[in-house]
Amino acid sequence: MAKITLSNLAHSYTSDNEYALKTMNHVWNDGEAYALLGPSGCGKTTLLNIISGLLAPSQGQVLFDDQDVTTQDTAHRNIAQVFQFPVVYDTMTVRENLAFPLKNRKMSANYIEKRVADIASMISLNDILDKKANGLTADIKQKISLGRGLVREDVNAILFDEPLTVIDPQMKWELRTELKALHQRLGHTMIYVTHDQTEALTFADKVVVMSDGEVVQIGTPTELFEKPAHTFVGFFIGSPGMNVLGAEISGNKARIGGHELDLGHGYQNLSGKLEIGIRPEFASLSRNPDDLPITINRIEDVGHYKIVRASHQDMDINIISDEGAEIFEDMKFVSFDSSKINIYADDWLVEP
Amino acid sequence: MKKTTNQKAWFMVLPVLLLVAFSAIIPLMTVVNYSVQDTFGNNEFFWVGLEWFEEILGSERMHDALGRQAIFTTIILLIEVPLGIFVALHMPKKSGVWSSLCLVLCALPLLIPWNVVGTIWQIFGRIDIGLLGYALDQIGIDYNYTQDSFAAWITIIVMDVWHWTSLVVLLSYAGLKSIPDAFYQAAKIDQASRWSIFRHIELPKMKGVLLIAILLRFMDSFMIYTEPFVVTGGGPGNATTFLSIDLVKMAIGQFDLGPAAAFSLIYFLVILLVSWVFYTVMVHSDKESGS
Repeated sequence: MAKITLSNLAHSYTSDNEYALKTMNHVWNDGEAYALLGPSGCGKTTLLNIISGLLAPSQGQVLFDDQDVTTQDTAHRNIAQVFQFPVVYDTMTVRENLAFPLKNRKMSANYIEKRVADIASMISLNDILDKKANGLTADIKQKISLGRGLVREDVNAILFDEPLTVIDPQMKWELRTELKALHQRLGHTMIYVTHDQTEALTFADKVVVMSDGEVVQIGTPTELFEKPAHTFVGFFIGSPGMNVLGAEISGNKARIGGHELDLGHGYQNLSGKLEIGIRPEFASLSRNPDDLPITINRIEDVGHYKIVRASHQDMDINIISDEGAEIFEDMKFVSFDSSKINIYADDWLVEP
Repeated sequence: MKKTTNQKAWFMVLPVLLLVAFSAIIPLMTVVNYSVQDTFGNNEFFWVGLEWFEEILGSERMHDALGRQAIFTTIILLIEVPLGIFVALHMPKKSGVWSSLCLVLCALPLLIPWNVVGTIWQIFGRIDIGLLGYALDQIGIDYNYTQDSFAAWITIIVMDVWHWTSLVVLLSYAGLKSIPDAFYQAAKIDQASRWSIFRHIELPKMKGVLLIAILLRFMDSFMIYTEPFVVTGGGPGNATTFLSIDLVKMAIGQFDLGPAAAFSLIYFLVILLVSWVFYTVMVHSDKESGS
């Protein structure tokens, strides 16, 4: 187990200055579970492959516990990685699969046997140890590839590259819960790449949100929800995402169109493109003509709550309304919980 | 639900039936017809039953030709399959100029007609004007495929390897290309040796295409005719008289239509049987492994 430090790291696949990963500095604390969240093509797999050593960064260093491993290959970094597509050795039994990394490292037969038995019982593969690995379902195969990482006692970190993509929905929950439990029990540093926010928020202690080759926010699920550091995080996390409305701001007032809103705090010296961000959860329909006038376009009932899709001039505003709440025709205004309004200048959060 | 009965639907099958009859069944039945009759000319035939089959099955000539054929096919399979895999493993995996160049080079021999391949090697191996034959002769190696049966065998085997290894290469390469990168990355993390990667990742993933390659090479080499016919004409003596060459000698050279017809049928059944066994084993092992 180790603390992983990325220092001044950047990567470009081509020789010109088009960076898949923009310069970043970040420390992954020992024993924490991280999720790397972002849309496809944002550079999260590139980052993961640099940490695991499958890819050499074009700039900067990777340190494991203050030791520079940038030039070391994967095997010497002692990391385990679970891939999107389950990797098992078809010709071997489950037991042989689990023993394979130890055998390659010339461990004694006794040790291998004991270790394989331990891990198999930990991830409940005992019953199928002597089965051929290739007839099994995707979720079991994924467990086997995880198991091959866990049998080594000296792994510095376990990396997951969208490991649940090919798993059936009902098994996803089970496997994710199991992973979480495993993390609590073993305390490995885990980095979990995904584009699914539910997966990220339920698995990780800290979520690292990436967009377009850079890390836009690192925080706990609550922080990401309440204080998105970038409008992208606001959009990407939450369903539906945060409402972002262009506004003029002076002091503790925001003006949208011809309309004035109270903000919880005062803001000074703002410049650039200004916007306010408010989660649909903190917006509510009202009859009060002092509130922001809106047009309701449609209402979606998703079971335990309703999503009101509305707009003010050209700006879309989503409102989450309780399942029980009645919506009347004369509710043509929206009010925001002023303490939950965030202010963005050029897409980045501004603190009051 | 009640099914309606309409026997007229049988007429729909008629065109196909007629086509197959003319292209396959009738010619085959002609051969069957010859194989159970004898003639002394004048278009007079009389029934001999299974006599020709008994004669052919018991004849030393057929046994020898079959033996030579089996040895030839075994040797070329033993060379071409491992060599093809070896070459495929060393071809550049990334798509680019080099891999395209390799593919084109590999495909070239496959595009040359059998007759031309035979002629190329017939001339290449001649000791008076052929580059190979002359060179070997000059450095003191006694090589003359028209007189020495060992040299004749070597020539024909090398020619076949030259002509057909590419097929195994191309199929293996296609199999290798279909392996996702994650497998190699996982193997790296597991510190698998080069041999382990081949044994546990590449070979199992290539299995399907390899079985096809072996089946194709078996059938083709078992039916080989044109190339040895052009190079050695079956000689020296009968040294390279494989089944097809022997069959043509019997049917056209000696005009023994009855025995040749029986020979054809036995030959056909042997190939069919081996291919069927092979196919069954292949499908069965696939089912067993669950994929």
